[in-house]
Amino acid sequence: MHAGATCKKGCEELNSITGKRKRPTDIVLYSIIGLFTVAVFAMTAYFAGYILIKGLRGISFAFLTTASNPIIGTIGILPAILNTAYIILLTLVFAVPVGVGGAVYINEYAKSRKLIRVIEFTTETLSGIPSIIFGVFGYVFFCTFLNLKVSLLSGAFTLTIMVLPTIIRTSQEALKSVPLSYREGAAGLGASKWYMIRTILLPNASSGIITAIVLSVGRIVGESAALLLVAGGSAMYLPKGSFFEQIKSSGSTLAVELYRYAYSRGENEVGFAIAALLLIIVIGLNLIVKLIGKRLNRGAK
Amino acid sequence: MTKIITENLHLHYGENHALRGIDLNIHANKITALIGPSGCGKSTFLKTLNRMNDSVPNIKITGKVLLDGEDIYDSTVDVTKLRKKAGMVFQSPNPFPMSIYDNVAYGLRIHGIKKRVLIDEIVERSLQGAAIWDEVKDRLRTPALALSGGQQQRLCIARTLAVSPEAILMDEPTSALDPISTMKIEELMSELAKKYTVVIVTHNMQQAARISDYTAFFLLGEMIEYDKTNNIFAAPKDQRTENYITGRFG
Repeated sequence: MHAGATCKKGCEELNSITGKRKRPTDIVLYSIIGLFTVAVFAMTAYFAGYILIKGLRGISFAFLTTASNPIIGTIGILPAILNTAYIILLTLVFAVPVGVGGAVYINEYAKSRKLIRVIEFTTETLSGIPSIIFGVFGYVFFCTFLNLKVSLLSGAFTLTIMVLPTIIRTSQEALKSVPLSYREGAAGLGASKWYMIRTILLPNASSGIITAIVLSVGRIVGESAALLLVAGGSAMYLPKGSFFEQIKSSGSTLAVELYRYAYSRGENEVGFAIAALLLIIVIGLNLIVKLIGKRLNRGAK
Repeated sequence: MTKIITENLHLHYGENHALRGIDLNIHANKITALIGPSGCGKSTFLKTLNRMNDSVPNIKITGKVLLDGEDIYDSTVDVTKLRKKAGMVFQSPNPFPMSIYDNVAYGLRIHGIKKRVLIDEIVERSLQGAAIWDEVKDRLRTPALALSGGQQQRLCIARTLAVSPEAILMDEPTSALDPISTMKIEELMSELAKKYTVVIVTHNMQQAARISDYTAFFLLGEMIEYDKTNNIFAAPKDQRTENYITGRFG
C-alpha cells in the first residue's frame, strides 16, 4: 500500500521536500567570503588603476621609440625595451630546449625513481630561492669565472637557471596529463619512443608547455635584482655593433630601469610610465595564455 | 597451422610470479579466446605476445615466444617490426586526438610510407576492413574523439589493420562498449579471422563461446586447460574449468 494513502494532513507536511530555509551560519559565512572577495578585487583594481593613471600620461610615441638625450633633456626607453627583448629571446633560446628536454627525460626515460625524486626536489628548491642569490651566483660564475663580464649574455644565462625549474615542472605536469592509452596505442602500432614523443606527446602537451614559456617570459620581464648585478644598471644608449657585440655589452631591462629612475634618480613620472608599460605587458601575456588554452582545447575537440 | 607458440613461459613482476610456465600453440587464422577470473594472467600473457610488457619496471620473462618460428624475445628482434606483425587492440578505445584519417595513417607513417595515394588507399581499405567505412567516409578529416565508443573501437581496429599485421591481439576489446557495438565488433572478429590470427582476452564467457574457435582457461598464472571452444564449454576435462564456466567462481 502507498505510504501517503493513509496519511493525514500534518504527516504530509513532514514528508514533504519543500520548505527550504537559509541557515544563519551560512548567511554569516557567505557575507564574510563575499567581503574578502570584494576586498581582493578592490585592492587589485585600485593598484592597477593607480599605476595606469599615473603612468599612461608619461607614455608617448617618442618615449617608446627613442633613447634618452641628456643634451636636449628628453627621456626615452627604447634601449631598455631592446635590452628586455634580447634577454627574453636569449633566455628562451637557452631555457626552452633544456627545460622541455629535461621534462621529457624525467617523464619518459628516467628509470630510477630516486634520480627523479632528486631532480624534482632540486627544481622545487631552485624555484623558491630569492632571485638576488641567482644574481650573486651569476656574477661570480658567468661574469667573472666564465669572463662574460656584466652583459646581456650573463643576464640571460642567469635567468635561464632561474626559469628552468618553472619550465621543467610545468612541462612535466603537461606531459604527465597525456593519457597512458595514447602512448600504448602508439607503441602497439610499433612506434619508437622518440616517434611517439614527437607525434603524440609533445603536440598534446603543447598548451602546457606554451603556458610554461609565457610564465617564464613574465618572470624575465619582472626580474630586477639579479639583472642589476649581472646585466648592468644602465640603458642610456642604443645597443651598437653586431648581434654578438650587442649581447656582450651591458644594459638594463625595463624593470631595472624602473628601479633606477624611481629610486636612484627620483624621477617618479618615468618610473610610473615604465611600471604602466610592464603592467600592460604582463596583462597581455596572461591574455595570451588564456587564448592559447582556449584555441588548443577547441582543437582537441 | 600454428602461428604463435609459447614454451615454458614464465613472467615475474618483482616478487609476483604472474605467469607460471605457459605452453600454448595458437593456430593461424583462428580466433583463440583467453578466459579466466581477474588477475589470472590472461592479459599479461597477451601482452607478452608482442612485448607490450617490455617497459614495465622489475619485469622478468623467461621461456620462449615463437612467432612464425622466430623467438620474439631474441636480442636481434626489431620491436617495431614485431608490432607491425602482431598488432594490439586495447580494452578501452584509444584513438589519438587527431582526425579519423590521421589515426589510420599513423601506423603507416611510423613504417615510413609517405606516398599520399598509397596512404589514401590503405586508409580506405582498413576502414572497410573494420566495418566503419560507411559511417565515416564523409568525415575523414573530423576529430576521431567525436565518434561514439563503438565507432572509436572499430577505428582502433582499422588503425591496427592499416599496418597489415598477421596477428591481432585484443585485450577485452568490448568490455567498455554497449551491447550493439559489442555485437558489431564480434561480427567483425569472425570476418577478421578469415585473414588474420586473432587472440582475444575476454571476461565474458558467452563471448568466448560465441566467437572463438579455441579457448584457453587461465587461473592464478597457470594455463589450466586449452582445447577447441566446443570441447571446453561442453566437456571440460578439468574440474576447475568446469567450476569457472558454470559460474561457481570468477
